[in-house]
Amino acid sequence: MTSVVKAKRQTGLWYNDSFRRLIGCLFTGVLFALVTGTTGTQKDYGFGIKHSLFHDGKPPVPSVRVIVCLLIGVVVWALITYGSQLTARLRIERSDVVAQSLDRPVVKLGTGVLVAAGLIVVPLLVAPFWREVLVTNVSIVVLLALGLNVVVGWAGLLDLGYVAFYAIGSYMAAYWTGHLPVQPPFHVNPFLTIPFAVGACLLAGVLLGAPTLRLRGDYLAIVTLGFGEIVRITANNSEEITNGPRGASNLPHFSVHLGPIKYEWGSGQLPYWYTVLVLLAIVVVLFRKLEHSRIGRAWTAIREDEVAAQATGVKTVQMKLLAFAIGASTAGLSGVVNVSKNSAFAPNNFILNVSILIVAYVVFGGMGSMLGVIVGTAVLTLLPEVLKNYLPTADQPIYFGAILVIMMIFRPAGLIPAKRRRMELGQHDTPSAEAVAVAPAGSIGHVEGS
Amino acid sequence: MTTIEAPPVADPIFDVQHITLRFGGVVSLSDVTLSMTRGEILAIIGPNGAGKTSLFNCLTGVYRPQEGRILFRAGRESAPVSVVGRKTHTINHLGVARTFQNIRLFPALTALENVQIGVETRQRSGPISSMLGLPNSRRDQKASVARALELLSFVGLRKEANTIAHALSYGAQRRLEIARALGTSPSVLLLDEPAAGTNPSEKRELGDLIKQINREMAVSVLLIEHDMKLVMSVADRVMVLNFGQLIAAGTPHEIQRDPVVVAAYLGVAPDEAAGTGAGGEA
Repeated sequence: MTSVVKAKRQTGLWYNDSFRRLIGCLFTGVLFALVTGTTGTQKDYGFGIKHSLFHDGKPPVPSVRVIVCLLIGVVVWALITYGSQLTARLRIERSDVVAQSLDRPVVKLGTGVLVAAGLIVVPLLVAPFWREVLVTNVSIVVLLALGLNVVVGWAGLLDLGYVAFYAIGSYMAAYWTGHLPVQPPFHVNPFLTIPFAVGACLLAGVLLGAPTLRLRGDYLAIVTLGFGEIVRITANNSEEITNGPRGASNLPHFSVHLGPIKYEWGSGQLPYWYTVLVLLAIVVVLFRKLEHSRIGRAWTAIREDEVAAQATGVKTVQMKLLAFAIGASTAGLSGVVNVSKNSAFAPNNFILNVSILIVAYVVFGGMGSMLGVIVGTAVLTLLPEVLKNYLPTADQPIYFGAILVIMMIFRPAGLIPAKRRRMELGQHDTPSAEAVAVAPAGSIGHVEGS
Repeated sequence: MTTIEAPPVADPIFDVQHITLRFGGVVSLSDVTLSMTRGEILAIIGPNGAGKTSLFNCLTGVYRPQEGRILFRAGRESAPVSVVGRKTHTINHLGVARTFQNIRLFPALTALENVQIGVETRQRSGPISSMLGLPNSRRDQKASVARALELLSFVGLRKEANTIAHALSYGAQRRLEIARALGTSPSVLLLDEPAAGTNPSEKRELGDLIKQINREMAVSVLLIEHDMKLVMSVADRVMVLNFGQLIAAGTPHEIQRDPVVVAAYLGVAPDEAAGTGAGGEA
């Protein structure tokens, strides 16, 4: 009896998927109108809502804004509902022609050369403001994100205190050039602080990892979060050692004095851009080798099934420590470059927010995919600078957040997903055995569409 | 119910002495003593919840029994090593490999990569040499691919080398798990219900494979299995666990006739049990 009632109820309009999607799209449209519309005042909280939704703030007549937003909602709904047939057809054509030509080594090499040329030329063409953004906000952060990708993307360890290693790298650069209250035994050229910083971060990574890496998932995340805060607060409060909240300033830029060769990086952006580009190229080449080596495979094994990895003889703690240390040393490298570029830093630069943002960059770009992480980080770090010109500062986080949310719903594996990650999330190119077995012959289209 | 102690053997690879494993008040294994001869196929049978998998987990270091000791001797000449208290991967490096009751492959990796991971746990090339592509890491890489392909051929999955593990059929996944375990060149292989969920022809092939592993690779096999036909056809000896206690040990023939076993486990008349087998639970 009840089952009959249930079946009857589920034929109603509300149980129609595409109808529900339409309601969702319209609702999002109204929300969008509210968010982009007039701001409220303290005297009249409803002011913003009324003026966003209605013409002149008087109820029955809708505002132009809300009509446009609702129309956008309808268009999005139509695209989702009827667009899948279109893209399915496109996908078949693409997989036949484009995919094959994309895989050809000549095409790959050509694309690589073009991208490299673009990276070399673009900073020469843009305004100094964008040059500055490209160096400090983008390239150095990309380096940082590539390091975290080893920890989060490959070994599958959620590290929320990653900024601590960035901080340690920065402080090491300041220490070895003699810009902290404590003096080093000897001063070194800013370039030569790199091995010291990388070494110190390696050590810090192992010291943090050794006791904590037997923890898994959430527990590890909390411990690393704590570690990040400990490093920042310690730096902030150790006046005699780290100069407290004032941090270090007047740090030297990179310079080379090798016999007849003398070169000063100075405060210009271009030398740093090319330096970071070279460092990035080295890191990418080394990491690529690592990803496809026995160590990269062991990381994947740990990420996918730690128990099985152990039973197969993978030394899990050792491998996790390695990932931690490599990630940490990349952060240290990035810290040195940053310090040398900006010649000043303070503990304030190493707040928890930075760690979280870098995790967001990695996830957004595609965990485990170096290309994805590079592109994703570049997009998300450029975004606020672009939005600055169009939106009030206070509104920007809303758009940033919305982009992340939309991305995670429609592309959970990231902008450019890693092949292995895509498999893990079940977005296979070939339907899985169960899907084929369960779905009757005629209904396979539904499986794909759902 | 009477607990028995399986008689000691001449050249034990595993020597389990009076182990007891408790979870809070629940006794999972109670005073179990057994030894496994080098080179034999030893089957452990018993109803669900009898403690078979718990025993496996004790042997591989996943669980730590509160009492008793487990000695493992990798080679005829090597000194016995206590397994209790060692980490799972250390025990694996001693020469103990296993498969899981619910298949635990690395689903997003190809069949080849799954086996490679097993092979590569015995290699030594480090991160620096991998990053720089030094000769020893390249040699390791080549060796692991070659060995993994060899093992895939051995279990009959050579053609599926580049298939994602997740996309393989159930029976193929079970065989892949065996190949991965063999990748670590074990002296003893622990198989936890390898035939569960496979069809009759796959079961026959599996039986042949187990015998082949045992004879051609000289690997001792410890087998948990519900499928009586398979157990009777491959096992040299059979031990029966019930409620965490060892209740019988002997040749398959003896076990089939043992009234204690029949009462505790098979629950049907002996001639019927021998004919149709009591297996089939997944």
